[in-house]
Amino acid sequence: MEFTHDTLVEASKTWGLFYLIGFSICVLIYTFLPSNKKRFEGAEREIFDKEDAPWK
Amino acid sequence: MGQLTSGERDLAGAVLVFMAIMGVAMAAVGGSEPLGIHGVMVLLCSVGLLFVLMSTAFGPAPDPARLGKYYDDPIKVGVGFTLAWAVFGMLIGVWAAAQLAWPALNFDTSWASFGRIRPAHTSGVIFGFGGNALITTSYHVVQRTSRARLADQFSPWFVLLGFNLFCLIAVSGYFLGVTQSKEYAEAEWYADIWLVVVWVAYFVLYVRTLARRKEPHIYVANWYYMAFIIVVAILHIVNNLAVPISFTQAKSYTIWAGVQDSMVQWWYGHNAVAFFLTAGFLAMLYYYLPKRAERPIFSYRLSILSFWGITFFYMWAGSHHLHYTALPHWVQNLGMTFSVMLLVPSWASAGNALLTLNGAWHKVRDDATLRFMMMAAFFYGLSTFEGSFLAIRPVNSLSHYTDWTVGHVHAGALGWVAMITFGSLYTLVPSIWKRERMYSAALVEVHFWLALVGTLIYVFAMWNSGIIQGLMWRTYSEDNALVYSFVDSLVAMYPYYIARAFGGLLFLIGAIVASYNVWMTVRTPNPAPSPTGDDLPIGEHAGAIPSAAE
Repeated sequence: MEFTHDTLVEASKTWGLFYLIGFSICVLIYTFLPSNKKRFEGAEREIFDKEDAPWK
Repeated sequence: MGQLTSGERDLAGAVLVFMAIMGVAMAAVGGSEPLGIHGVMVLLCSVGLLFVLMSTAFGPAPDPARLGKYYDDPIKVGVGFTLAWAVFGMLIGVWAAAQLAWPALNFDTSWASFGRIRPAHTSGVIFGFGGNALITTSYHVVQRTSRARLADQFSPWFVLLGFNLFCLIAVSGYFLGVTQSKEYAEAEWYADIWLVVVWVAYFVLYVRTLARRKEPHIYVANWYYMAFIIVVAILHIVNNLAVPISFTQAKSYTIWAGVQDSMVQWWYGHNAVAFFLTAGFLAMLYYYLPKRAERPIFSYRLSILSFWGITFFYMWAGSHHLHYTALPHWVQNLGMTFSVMLLVPSWASAGNALLTLNGAWHKVRDDATLRFMMMAAFFYGLSTFEGSFLAIRPVNSLSHYTDWTVGHVHAGALGWVAMITFGSLYTLVPSIWKRERMYSAALVEVHFWLALVGTLIYVFAMWNSGIIQGLMWRTYSEDNALVYSFVDSLVAMYPYYIARAFGGLLFLIGAIVASYNVWMTVRTPNPAPSPTGDDLPIGEHAGAIPSAAE
């Protein structure tokens, strides 16, 4: 298959749209997966830990 | 640098000797041309650093106990670089603004002409001030959120000092007339290659530090810093692909031609706004704002969604800079559509920050540092709304090539980027130097009002002048002739240009006040805790005398 400007345009207008939608679905699943809830709630609070040294 | 191990000292010495040799080589082939002058500068910087290194090279090996602490020395130096570049970049900005009102201020010299000092201003504030702020805060945030020390002690210095050498070569080059004529990427090929080396080292350092983390989850601020580091590398390499006319000269020609060159340039240019001037500063927002407000972020999940939204959408928005050009219409539409969609993740971030402050508004009232960050989130929301709006083609037909764009950029740069940086610095400085607070809360307050009033004057002046320009350029008479000449519109700009320079001057004075405040905070000795805890009158305990910081 010859790789021309039209090939790129077609790829952008078809797959270019769908892979972004695919990514978005993955992100939504990751964000709202119930098993991740605890991890995110922990992350919100961890930064307030007063200890100012690396953990061993 | 006293904490460098003997192996790291050897490595640093070898790198500096190699750079000194490169400097000699550049000076030899470049002669009195800009490349030669830059060679001398590289040589002087390398030899100077070599002397600093030598002064500690034969000292005792560093204390192993250092590994039980965070590595903050490069952060301290980075704060100094950040403020020095802020004052320099903003000073040149005020000068450039004043030249537009009073053109004689170029003193009839080539090096001080507007075309040369303008990139010196933009590179000084974006790369010098913004870049150093990003590197400095990223070293701080990645260590604290990962609970791990920076991966080694050589590469943080290499990245920080190497980046500042790039800034120095870039900005001094503009004064000498060196430019590759790409906005925000004016530096020539040899500076660009050097930046790639520095940036790869930065990426490796960041990933290695994250890999050492003791905290299982990577906090969202680090995602933003990673996006900043990775995407800026990609943008910088692709946009700066060029062929030098000779290895003995500074001049090069880009490999991109025609409209592809424009597209690549604005893909770079707009993503520089997105990933240099937004992603990393959002990282500051997501770490320092909750820290200062002592409230967790309103919604962590929303911060993840807006992260990916910004990452996906921004990449496609650049073509809105090329409306009504030779760029294919569908690409213009693509840029326009993605720019409008960008409003969603942008406002999600701005809203997330402002909602975090719910329940802490009394702190916003009392604490100018937190107010800096609140105002930054507000201006972030404002300028992203404006950006989406200006990207719509018919709106762009009025705004493009006018001062409205300049006003929009400065609402973002002054109101958002600089304010979140100063808010972060006022939080970071006392924490790094182990002070209870900044030297003077009153000076932070003064700085806040100077910055806010300066920004408002600047932005309102540019909104007015931009819309007037746009309207004058499109006013037709009944027989379809333009009513106003370009010079007519220029004359109409005069009062706004004076107002703009004044607004910028206020902002510059604010940055000078901040530098003084940081300097005094560092210089003020750390008040030692009273050995007995007694409530004694002054003079009884030398170590317990309250310092000026209190």
